[in-house]
Amino acid sequence: MKRRDFIQYSVLATSALSLPYRAISKVASGDESLKHITILHTNDVHSHIDPFPMDHYRNPGRGGVSKRYTLIQKVKAENPNTLVLDAGDSFQGTPYFNFYGGELEFKLMSKMGYHASTIGNHEFDNGIDNIAAQLQHAKFDMLSANYDFRNTSLDGLTKKHQVYEVDNVKIGVFGLGIELEGLVSKNLYKETKFLDPLEVAQEQIKTLKEDYSCDLVICLSHLGYQYDSQKIDDIKLAENTSGIDLIIGGHTHTFLEIPTKVKNKSGRTTLVNQVGFAGLYLGRIDFYLGSRDQHTSKETVFEL
Amino acid sequence: MKRYIIFLNIFLTLGLWSCNKKNEKEVQIVKAQNILVEESISENDSLKKFIEPYKSSIEDEMNKPLSYAQTSMRKNDTPYNTAIGNMMADAVFEMANPVFMNRHKNSIDGVLLNHGGIRAGISKGVITTRTAYQVMPFENLVVVARLKGMQVKEMFEYLSRAKKAHPVSNMSVVVDDDWSLEDYSLNGNNVKDDEYYHIATSDYLVNGGDNMKFFQKADTVYQIDYKLRTLLIDYFQQNDTINPKVDDRFKKN
Repeated sequence: MKRRDFIQYSVLATSALSLPYRAISKVASGDESLKHITILHTNDVHSHIDPFPMDHYRNPGRGGVSKRYTLIQKVKAENPNTLVLDAGDSFQGTPYFNFYGGELEFKLMSKMGYHASTIGNHEFDNGIDNIAAQLQHAKFDMLSANYDFRNTSLDGLTKKHQVYEVDNVKIGVFGLGIELEGLVSKNLYKETKFLDPLEVAQEQIKTLKEDYSCDLVICLSHLGYQYDSQKIDDIKLAENTSGIDLIIGGHTHTFLEIPTKVKNKSGRTTLVNQVGFAGLYLGRIDFYLGSRDQHTSKETVFEL
Repeated sequence: MKRYIIFLNIFLTLGLWSCNKKNEKEVQIVKAQNILVEESISENDSLKKFIEPYKSSIEDEMNKPLSYAQTSMRKNDTPYNTAIGNMMADAVFEMANPVFMNRHKNSIDGVLLNHGGIRAGISKGVITTRTAYQVMPFENLVVVARLKGMQVKEMFEYLSRAKKAHPVSNMSVVVDDDWSLEDYSLNGNNVKDDEYYHIATSDYLVNGGDNMKFFQKADTVYQIDYKLRTLLIDYFQQNDTINPKVDDRFKKN
């Protein structure tokens, strides 16, 4: 019944959607014993470094890294316990990529304090050796658990997962990429082997939960939001695993007004979020963690 | 010895504490908001300054006017063929054919690109180099696949199943109500199973992109060293106004 208490905030949130960001409501989060972790995220930014031009038919003046950075800094000032994540395809889409090959994208993500990203299919556009070369400009972790890069130049340059400890909260993040065959030319991805995302996800969750005792598990996925076919997507991934708190998706350029709540294998909720493309939106998820006995309700309250 | 015991104590305490900690924290409340990066948000100065030199060195080239679009066109304007797709496929036919003829002493029978490869629309007004980069940001090359009639037939079946306005030129496709292939022609003629045909496309598609599997059966893939974007830029420069139309090249009865 806790949910009812939060309904009014949801209404407020909806009406405040046009505001650049919303202050976290004190009533809901006033409990000092709760740990507050903020996740900011992007996907499919596709080299959109400048805001859209003012004469753009749909998004005049919107987006751009220097506006996004202003938002990131505001959120960080509000809650320093913030992770900044990306779900792939930061490359390709404007002349910045054609001219500089991804150098500027990685440098800017580093300057904005991104913690991690994953490899989208368009990262391969100038070949796998270009990804390896551009990673020298990345001060964030490139996470990819289901591409086997042995026998490629990327071998050893990516990690399957990374655990971030923020305000004593352990956040395990792992990355998943899409099947490359039929999507990317073989001469670009070379000897990269694609491993089953579902099996790999289960291994990763087990490792992050059991070996690293993570309090939160986040998957950076470039699988795509949802397909009618049997092809694995974020919704199927959420339904068929347990233990992932949040899937930050990409690839399908899906813009979700609010994250999708998916009932996972253990009957709990896994959230799936994706924020369109081109850096038009910045996804924000706030997790409040506390001890089990502090609250009578064992259900997580989702104020979406 | 005493020191060891103290150390062990600390160790155990820490161990227990971290064990407790593990079970202690669980998510109580989750909030979410997807924030629009609005026009009114101020730009971070240091980041803007950092970008500036990268930007200015490409700006001059990008702003070069090439042509003029009489109307705005987007790839989802119409269902079976689109003005922008027709323009792209026709441009490939017109521009790539002389190069192919010169190099490989043969002519192109038809063009197939992919709908997903049109990465932006074109707005009414001046077309610049930037427009070409927006429509075709990828470094894809135009290639010519030599296909047997059987595979050309597979191509038409693919087009009927795809239910998408994949850009085509110099060919026609008719599907019935259920999207079954009703009629098709290439270069104005019927397709004969054992004859060879030359289909211009991109290296992305010939390498298996968009699951165009028939291209993998090509017995030869001819390179003409012409980037699709460069081809578009050349096409715009040759045509001072662009006003492509939707037509009957792909239609549903």
